[in-house]
Amino acid sequence: MEQLVEILKSLDFSPLWISLKTGLVATVLCFFLGIWTARWVMRMKKRPKALVDGLLTLPMVLPPTVAGFFLLLIFSMRRPVGEFLYATFSIKVVQSWLGCIVAASVIAFPLMYRNARAAFEQVDIELIYAGRTLGMSERRIFWRVVLPSAGPGVASGTILTFARALGEYGATSMLAGNIAGKTGTISQRIAMVIQNGDYTTAGVWVAVILVISFAIVFLMNVFADSRLKNVKRW
Amino acid sequence: MALEVDIRKQLNGFTLDVAFTAGTGVTALLGASGSGKSMTLRCIAGVERPDEGKIVLDGRVLYDSEKKIDLPPRKRRVGYLFQRYALFPNMTVLQNIGAGLSLERDAAVRKEKQRSLLKRFHLEGLESRYPRELSGGQMQRVALCRMLAGEPEAILLDEPFAALDSYLRWQLEREVRNTLSEFSGVSLLVSHDRGEVYRMSGRVCVLNAGTSEPVVDTSELFERPKTLQSALISGCKNCARAEFSGKGTVRVPEWNLELACNSADGEAVTHVGVRAHYILPCAPDAENAARCHIVDVTDDVFSRVLTLLPQGASEPLRSELDKETAKGFRAGDDAYFALPKEAVMLLGDAGET
Repeated sequence: MEQLVEILKSLDFSPLWISLKTGLVATVLCFFLGIWTARWVMRMKKRPKALVDGLLTLPMVLPPTVAGFFLLLIFSMRRPVGEFLYATFSIKVVQSWLGCIVAASVIAFPLMYRNARAAFEQVDIELIYAGRTLGMSERRIFWRVVLPSAGPGVASGTILTFARALGEYGATSMLAGNIAGKTGTISQRIAMVIQNGDYTTAGVWVAVILVISFAIVFLMNVFADSRLKNVKRW
Repeated sequence: MALEVDIRKQLNGFTLDVAFTAGTGVTALLGASGSGKSMTLRCIAGVERPDEGKIVLDGRVLYDSEKKIDLPPRKRRVGYLFQRYALFPNMTVLQNIGAGLSLERDAAVRKEKQRSLLKRFHLEGLESRYPRELSGGQMQRVALCRMLAGEPEAILLDEPFAALDSYLRWQLEREVRNTLSEFSGVSLLVSHDRGEVYRMSGRVCVLNAGTSEPVVDTSELFERPKTLQSALISGCKNCARAEFSGKGTVRVPEWNLELACNSADGEAVTHVGVRAHYILPCAPDAENAARCHIVDVTDDVFSRVLTLLPQGASEPLRSELDKETAKGFRAGDDAYFALPKEAVMLLGDAGET
């Protein structure tokens, strides 16, 4: 017990802030990109749709290290894109916080995209037709008809995206590395302290992740429940 | 005012090929489910696009594939009543009606219109309710009200009563009929229910596997259908192949009958039809009498249905009698039944059914 208090007192809290910041930024990015992509893919023809959907879903089913490999292939300073970004805009993705965001966004994106698409596809098309024949503009239909209908699905997609981005490990460690105070996220810190045999510190961080993740999922359920008043139990 | 439609569209399994003109009043599109009725309405409303053709409403071109005109739905001034009403579930009654006034920019005018519409459709007091808190009849009134709010020039009704039980249906049908009678534009009703069409529309266009037949008066469709398909969709239970044998008679091999008929010209005749309730018991020497074996007697709600096999026939006839007349006829009996001359409808074939 005393040991725990000692550890908490001397604990470097930077991984928590880095993870939260990364999660938030990645979620905002994925939110807009995911909704936009979902609408774009929905409008595609069958065959190209299957192909594009497959590519967009890959990061979710691949081992994150494989995604990390591809990200390195793109953003490495010894590669054209990485070199160009650094030379022209002084943007460095590898070994930087930006790398954390890119890695977390890529891995979490499919969650947002798939949830948003599923929610949009559930919207009763007659409601949209009704909006159109009634003279509503497409923008108005999207905000007043589609989003309220698809709201719960989009919201749960957003929450899952945040949870996933918060805990990302594999791709992040490859692309952004584990630089304390800069790119050292909670999951990377856990891996590191375990390698050093420090199970107590690891336990503290595990508890932190557990609490946050559970709170997120719990919140999501409460939220979904209040939205789905009229759903019958079966 | 008239709505002219002449469109083609390739669909799964068949081609929609519809051409008709509907004037003011109610015109029905009658066809079996899957015959392309709803798709036709959607093309007119502009939420689906035909492959080619032309749609003109009161001189205004809504769609013309040659001139590359395709007005968006919101500029067509065409109202659409959806089968399940498609009320916006997240909006109150007032907001739903307001959605129909999207094109009205002036807020004061919009408010005034909303108020008068609520009154006209007896929806006062329900303004702040959500659709899920309304009864079926109230939902329909809100949908009608919302549709008419934008003052459309044509209104399209897509099987508005299909989902209702028969008691409520009658009541709602009456309300819609009243609303339609006050509407000065073109009304198009899609239905697969011949009774509904008979009660509600003055003119009717039969749709058969995507292809439209000429528009006729509704009463004519039921009294003198011209094609086998019209006869079937108008509810004729007895239809069979026939050959015109001259001198005002037709031969019907499947019934093994030679029937006297009223028409002298039988060039295009491929079938005959006789409605079940016109086939009545008769004396052996009556015109068009046939000695029939009664195969089956089935009680319906208010009538009795007899399945009759004329001597030497391969296909049975169906006769529908009131219970009083049908008394005494039992399965297994033989008796004479007449297919009266004026009830023999000569039919052509409009293509595959």
